Amino acid sequence: MANLFFPRFSNAAFAVWRRNALVWRKLLLPSILINFGEPFLYLLGLGYGLGLFIGEMMHMPYLTFLASGILASSSMNTASFEAMFSVYTRMIPQRTYDAILTTPVEVQDILAGEMLWCATKCVISGSAILIVAAFLGAVHDWSALGVPAILFLVGLCFSGMGLIMSSLAPGYDFFNYYVTLVLTPMFILSGVFYPVSSLPVALQSLVQLLPLSHAVDLIRPLVAGLPLTNVALHLAVLAGYAMLGYLIAVRLTRKRLLV
Amino acid sequence: MSAVVQITDLHKNYNEREVVRGINLSVAAGTCFGVLGPNGAGKTTTLRLLLGQSPVNSGEIRVFGLPIPQAGRAVRMRTGVVPQADNLDPDFTVVENLRIYGGYFGIPAATLDARLRELFEFVGLTDRAHARIATLSGGMKRRLTIARALVNDPELVVLDEPTTGLDPQVRHMIWGRLRDLRQSGKTLLLTTHYMEEAERLCDELVIMDQGRILEQGKPAALIRQHVEPEVIEVHGEETVARRALESAGDGRFEVVGDTFYYYTRDARAVVKHLEGLSELTFLHRPANLEDVFLKLTGHELRD
Repeated sequence: MANLFFPRFSNAAFAVWRRNALVWRKLLLPSILINFGEPFLYLLGLGYGLGLFIGEMMHMPYLTFLASGILASSSMNTASFEAMFSVYTRMIPQRTYDAILTTPVEVQDILAGEMLWCATKCVISGSAILIVAAFLGAVHDWSALGVPAILFLVGLCFSGMGLIMSSLAPGYDFFNYYVTLVLTPMFILSGVFYPVSSLPVALQSLVQLLPLSHAVDLIRPLVAGLPLTNVALHLAVLAGYAMLGYLIAVRLTRKRLLV
Repeated sequence: MSAVVQITDLHKNYNEREVVRGINLSVAAGTCFGVLGPNGAGKTTTLRLLLGQSPVNSGEIRVFGLPIPQAGRAVRMRTGVVPQADNLDPDFTVVENLRIYGGYFGIPAATLDARLRELFEFVGLTDRAHARIATLSGGMKRRLTIARALVNDPELVVLDEPTTGLDPQVRHMIWGRLRDLRQSGKTLLLTTHYMEEAERLCDELVIMDQGRILEQGKPAALIRQHVEPEVIEVHGEETVARRALESAGDGRFEVVGDTFYYYTRDARAVVKHLEGLSELTFLHRPANLEDVFLKLTGHELRD
C-alpha cells in the first residue's frame, strides 16, 4: 500500500465511514424494511413464479440459482448508487467534502471511507437477502456464511467505479449513461438469471472481463453448497477493479476539488 | 514575535488567468490580521493556498514554520477554518455536526463533549444544540460554523468574510467573539470587504486588489498616511455641489456614484459654507479605512 503510486489513506477514512454510518442509523427502520422487503418480493415472485416453469438450472433449484445471482447484482446496485448519487450529493451540492477538507482529512481518506461505507452497506443489505433466501429454503449449505465477506469485496469493486463517475459528473443526469450503458447490460449478461455458458462464445469472453460475473461465480457455489473454482482469479478481478477504481477516483477527485 | 503565517512571492493561475500575482505577507502570532479587497481580489484563493487546498504555481508558504502543501495535514490539525459559504452537514443536528467534525481531528468523544458545552456557551447556541441545521437562521449557522472551527482548539483561526450577509446584531456579537479569541492568544487571519470590520478588529492589514498587495500597515497608520483627517460627504444637485466644493477651499474631492467626497485638513470653513446651501445635504466625519480603500483600489465597479 505504501508504494509511490498508490495513495496512502489514514485512520481518518474511518471518521468518514462513521459519518455515513450515523446518517444511515437515522433512517434505520425504512432502510431495513427495504432491505428485507425487496428481495422477498423478487425471490418470491421471480424465484417461485418463474422457478415453477424452469425447475432446475445448473443442478440447483431455480430459486437458489436466482437468489445467488440477486445477492451479487443487488450489491452491485447498492454500491454503485451510493458511490454515485450519495457521494455526488456530498461532494457538490451539499459541500460536505469542502468542510471535511479543512480538517486533517484528505481526499484519499474521504474516498477510502466512502468505499468502506459502500462495502458495509452491501454486507448489510446482502445479509438481509441471504436471510430471506434461507427462510425460503434457497440456501443449501453453511458455506453461505462466507457470502457477506465476498459482498464486502463486491462493494469495494463497484463503489470504486461509481466514485470515478461521481468525480466526472457535471450533474445527476450523467449517471444515467453509466447505469444504462454499463450496469444494466452487466446485470442482464453476467449470469444472474441464466448461466453465462448459454451466451454466444464471443459474448462469454466479454462477460468474463466484467466484474459482476466473477462475483456471481464466487457467491453461487457458496449458497448452493457446491465446490468453488478459480477462486484466486475471481478475487483478483474484483480486487483489481476496486484498486484501480480507487486510484483513478482519487486522482480525478483531487483535480476537481483541489483547484 | 514569530510569524505564524509567512508567504513569499506567491503566484497562482487559474488556466491562463493569474489571480495571485506575487504576494508577500507575514502574520505575527497573537494578532488579528486582515486581508481587505474588493470581490475577485484573490482573498479566498490566498486562503485556500494557505491551507494546502489548492496547488501553488510558485512561491513559498509556511504556517507554524511548516511548508505548505507538504505539511498540510499537520497545519490543518492546528488551524480552524470558517469558510465563506455555509457547508454545515444538513444530515445532522447542531451538536452532531460538531461531534462528527471533531471526529475528523481524531478528538476522543469525552474530550469533545466537554469542549462542546463551552463552545455552545461561547457562540450562544446552548439551547439550540439539538436543532436541525435547516431550522437555524443565517446568523445561527455562522455562529455554529465559528464554533465548529474551534473544536480542535486551534492556534490559528482563518475566517473568510465571517460577517458577510449578517444583520448588525449578529455582526457585533461575532466581532466581540473574535476579539475574545484574540485576547485568549489565538492568531486570527480574516478576509473582509467591510472596512468597519477591518478597522475594529485588525491589528495589521493588507489591502489587496487584482491579485496584488497594494498596501500594508495598521489601520490608523494607513488612514494617516493616505488621506486627509477630515471628510465631508455631499449629496445633492451635482452642479451645485461641484461649484460649492470648488469654491469652498483648498481640499480635494472625488465623486463616487452620486456622492461627493471632500478631503481636507480643516473642514470648518467648508462646513460653514455648506450649511448656507439648503439644496445640499452633507455629512462631516473623520477619515476612515474606506477612504483609503477607495483611494487605492479606485472607484469603478467590480464583479
